Amino acid sequence: MSDSANSHYSTQKPESAFVRWVNQWGSAVVDGITTIGDMTLFTWKMLKWLFTRLPCRGTVLVNFYQVGALSLPVVALTGTFIGMVLAVQSYAQFHAIGLDSRLGAVINSTLVKELGPVLAATMLAGRVGGAMAAVLGTMRVTEQIDALTAMGADPIHYLVVPRFLACILLIPSLTIMADFMGIVGGYFYSVIILGIDHAAYLNHSRDGVTGFDLFSGIFKSVFFGSTIAIVSCYRGFNCEPGAEGVGKAATTAFVYSFVLILAVDLFLTIVMNSIYYTIYPNGSSFL
Amino acid sequence: MNEVSASDDGDDIPESGHSHQGVVETQPSDDEQSLIEARDVSVVFDDQVVLQDIALQITRGQTVAIIGESGCGKTVFMKTLVGLVRPTRGEIFFDGEGLHHMGYAELTQTRRRFGFVFQNAALFDSMSVFENVAFPLRQSEVVSETVVEESVMQHLAEVGLPRNVAYKRPAELSGGMRKRVGLARALILKPEVVVYDEPTTGLDPIMSDVINELILDTRRRYPVTSVVVTHDMHTARKVADRVLMFYPRTRLDENESQVLFDGPPSSLEHAEDRRVRQFVRGEAGERLTELAHGLSG
Repeated sequence: MSDSANSHYSTQKPESAFVRWVNQWGSAVVDGITTIGDMTLFTWKMLKWLFTRLPCRGTVLVNFYQVGALSLPVVALTGTFIGMVLAVQSYAQFHAIGLDSRLGAVINSTLVKELGPVLAATMLAGRVGGAMAAVLGTMRVTEQIDALTAMGADPIHYLVVPRFLACILLIPSLTIMADFMGIVGGYFYSVIILGIDHAAYLNHSRDGVTGFDLFSGIFKSVFFGSTIAIVSCYRGFNCEPGAEGVGKAATTAFVYSFVLILAVDLFLTIVMNSIYYTIYPNGSSFL
Repeated sequence: MNEVSASDDGDDIPESGHSHQGVVETQPSDDEQSLIEARDVSVVFDDQVVLQDIALQITRGQTVAIIGESGCGKTVFMKTLVGLVRPTRGEIFFDGEGLHHMGYAELTQTRRRFGFVFQNAALFDSMSVFENVAFPLRQSEVVSETVVEESVMQHLAEVGLPRNVAYKRPAELSGGMRKRVGLARALILKPEVVVYDEPTTGLDPIMSDVINELILDTRRRYPVTSVVVTHDMHTARKVADRVLMFYPRTRLDENESQVLFDGPPSSLEHAEDRRVRQFVRGEAGERLTELAHGLSG
């Protein structure tokens, strides 16, 4: 380095800790806003394709199989366990006040309203979202996405739209499966293991869950599915070079999807509750 | 380098069938034979100037080799030619029309007039070799499966690959085979321009020469214009009738052109610029001193 350069550095005043702090936070905020804008444009392009030209059946079916068929066992299994865990956790409290038979109402209501949709979405984000980001990230790093563009195919149309369709159309089925298996798991533990009366359990179970609850859970799951698809595909498309970049894309896809699922869940739960009490001011429902 | 977010043009939306604002700039070139023209093209990623004011023309039927050390911007220039990277300033003209003034549909049609052989072939992992080679054909037009099969097999045979390779996955192929599949895929639409990105990198000398022969064979078989990005001097000398040497912008004086050499391969050894002669001979020269002082990467 030249003398003039050295003298330049030696006379430069070092940044204070406060300036560094402002600098770091400022750049984090700018990055965040840029990412949100970029992701919005990405979603907009995807939606334009979705409503102008659907991808060919072959690419859609492969993704349906990956997202739906392969996720079904893991969603069913976790749903069963979570139903049983709810029974284990709640039993002592209900037993103490002599309301054992009402356990089914609590388990089923919790599952159908919240745990089923969130659990199915979490499993999907982990199993499918991470894989989507990794596959698309690898395609970006190995120039396969550039190759698609060079051959006159649009990468968003060819790669993102089928994944988005698979996520939003199949997550309701996965949610229903998680709900059902959770209810079965809860019933099994409560009635078979804990010895709660079968008829009383079923009666209270029926009372605990309304049609609106079921609809609300499935409705929310569609938003969870779209969140997973958009976040994961976006992370994959904007993957940094190298193996580390692909790993980071997969990890951040899951983490961001999970956080957004919970945020969307909170927002939609508030909205759905408001709608519910507007339609049924006395708390009753159509079922 | 944030190539994707800064300049990737691959995510265009399918709305406009024609050029933006209904205007397509036409090239007022004196040379009727010029197929590709870069007019003062600059590409900047974040704050890094990769290409600055590149101005050159490529004539129809020519085979141009672009050489230069790593990081000089030759791959970025090649992607700019195909519209994969949007120039920060300047314009690329293809067959008289400004590439980056084109609408989505027109740009897609223009891209199909190019064949692109990527550095690591960029074959789709999820597809078989057959599906990879058939992909551009299936994307571009409605053709019967019989025609697709005939065409795929013919192109695989032309690059010296046996029929049984068609049903293998890219992961099962050697580097040389992958490059040849990439070439077959690039040629299946009978493009007017074939762009090769480091076609011999990572191959043994024999397979490198096979690829060189295939490039020459392609030129004999089809009336193509070829752009070969390479730092393999053997390839540049063997296949090109014109060589361009790029130099990293960061190591040039302000008024120096980034294209240090533009001429036939036979003139490379006697180039006026010492840096060109050093590159051709593979001599480190003052780069060793620079690296030792940490002045430049």
